[in-house]
Amino acid sequence: MTDQTSLQRGSAQALTRRQAYELRLRRRSTTIAAGSTLAVVLAVVLLVPLAPGWDAVKRSFFNGEVFAKTFPGLLDAFLMNVAIFLWCAPIIAVLGLVIALFRDVRSPALYPLRLFGAIYTDVFRGLPVILVIYLIGFGVPGLGLPRPWNSPYIWGSLALILVYAAYVAEVIRSGIDSIHHSQRAAAASLGLSDGETMRYVVLPQAIRNVAPANMNLFIALQKDVALLSFIGPVEVFRQAGVYKSLMANFTPYVGAAVIFLALTIPATRYADYLMNKQRRRQS
Amino acid sequence: MAKLDLQGVTKSFGDNMVCRGIDLSVDEGEMVCLIGASGSGKSTLLRCINLLEPIDDGRILLDGLDISEPGLNPQPIRARIGIVFQSFNLFPHMTAAENVMLAPRRVLGKSRDALEAPVKALFDRFDLGQRMHHYPDQLSGGQQQRVAIIRALAMQPEIMLFDEITSALDPELVGEVLDVLRQLRTEGMTMILATHEMAFARELADKVCFLDAGRILEEGPPETLFSNPREDRTRAFLKRVL
Repeated sequence: MTDQTSLQRGSAQALTRRQAYELRLRRRSTTIAAGSTLAVVLAVVLLVPLAPGWDAVKRSFFNGEVFAKTFPGLLDAFLMNVAIFLWCAPIIAVLGLVIALFRDVRSPALYPLRLFGAIYTDVFRGLPVILVIYLIGFGVPGLGLPRPWNSPYIWGSLALILVYAAYVAEVIRSGIDSIHHSQRAAAASLGLSDGETMRYVVLPQAIRNVAPANMNLFIALQKDVALLSFIGPVEVFRQAGVYKSLMANFTPYVGAAVIFLALTIPATRYADYLMNKQRRRQS
Repeated sequence: MAKLDLQGVTKSFGDNMVCRGIDLSVDEGEMVCLIGASGSGKSTLLRCINLLEPIDDGRILLDGLDISEPGLNPQPIRARIGIVFQSFNLFPHMTAAENVMLAPRRVLGKSRDALEAPVKALFDRFDLGQRMHHYPDQLSGGQQQRVAIIRALAMQPEIMLFDEITSALDPELVGEVLDVLRQLRTEGMTMILATHEMAFARELADKVCFLDAGRILEEGPPETLFSNPREDRTRAFLKRVL
């Protein structure tokens, strides 16, 4: 409000010396930024086609005909990614929260939970996702389980859940640690138990504080669903591979990339926006 | 029998001995002010009375019951002793009214509906009826501190502890918070204040205790302690702050 009124006053009257100076400065930076961006874009557009292999690359990666023919099929396959994501995400959120709480228990009787939480997060944050997917996705069905319990969808999803819950747990725990101990003291002084203090005072604030960080994790999860293709499920990456073999052309991979970006770029931007909003509120 | 009786209370943090054997007796309806330099042990003493800090040695008796007994469940005791902190410590994700209702709901098991009227009455009593559905960051420092006082009062405590509750406030907001204390005083609340507001202590306290290096060096009615202190150190302290 005060900004607006001062702006209006500024435009109604002549600019002050400082305002005029800052305006000049702003115009100058805008011109320079536009100029340098234009130069880089021109260089790419003009120079890349001069490369000796450009025509071959264009034919095998940016073939409009292949793109148009395969894109609908890729979109269909992407629904599988979305489905896997949708059933993994809530389980990850709950398991991550539970593991985070395990690591905060104080009672000596529950020490095994605390120890389990620590080992769990260490192990699953220490392994490459693809390795966990291989070990669980090939290992567990190898036990000779009957259908449907030998499905790679189940065990691949479990691998993603185990790994991502470890990351979510660490993020939530950092959120819990970020709540000032005076909040716990205030709750305790009113007669709330440790559990009630956690549930009504610490956790609601902690989870809100780390929401942007968790969003980034779920964006990463959406991408890592593609790793399940290595143990069987036909999702968008695998489908793109099928089209590639059929048409002897790499354009379907570009199509798959476009689909991923259409989802992840807005989501990342939104997470950044949340994070900035939070930073502004805290300062 | 005294409402609250401290006998030889000691408390250290590591090698730092903050309370070195404090004896203090507070009667029902009495208002006791603790004065002294920063680090003299006032805040720690209040936190010990509320059992937020376990004491190392000595005893704290509430109505003759030893509440400093190691292993005692502190929750029911804390519910009987309210404390208000220098930095308000309101819960930022709850409105003022939700802050006040939390403990009565979860600890005393009262329903939201049953609390509606008494909580509204509490806010009105301290002139905050218009603000009860605001979040803490929408309130001024003075209003936040008054909400913190209401939050403690909602548990209907038998004793209220105030830990330098005006020290974090802008000077023009101190008055409204002190008015709340005046009001509680006339209603006969038993209160212990750690404070730097000497004029206020002089006006209202039944007893003033001067703490120095973890001991109560001198105590007495405010007229005596402020006008005619016995100890050199009390005199030196008062000379600095008055």
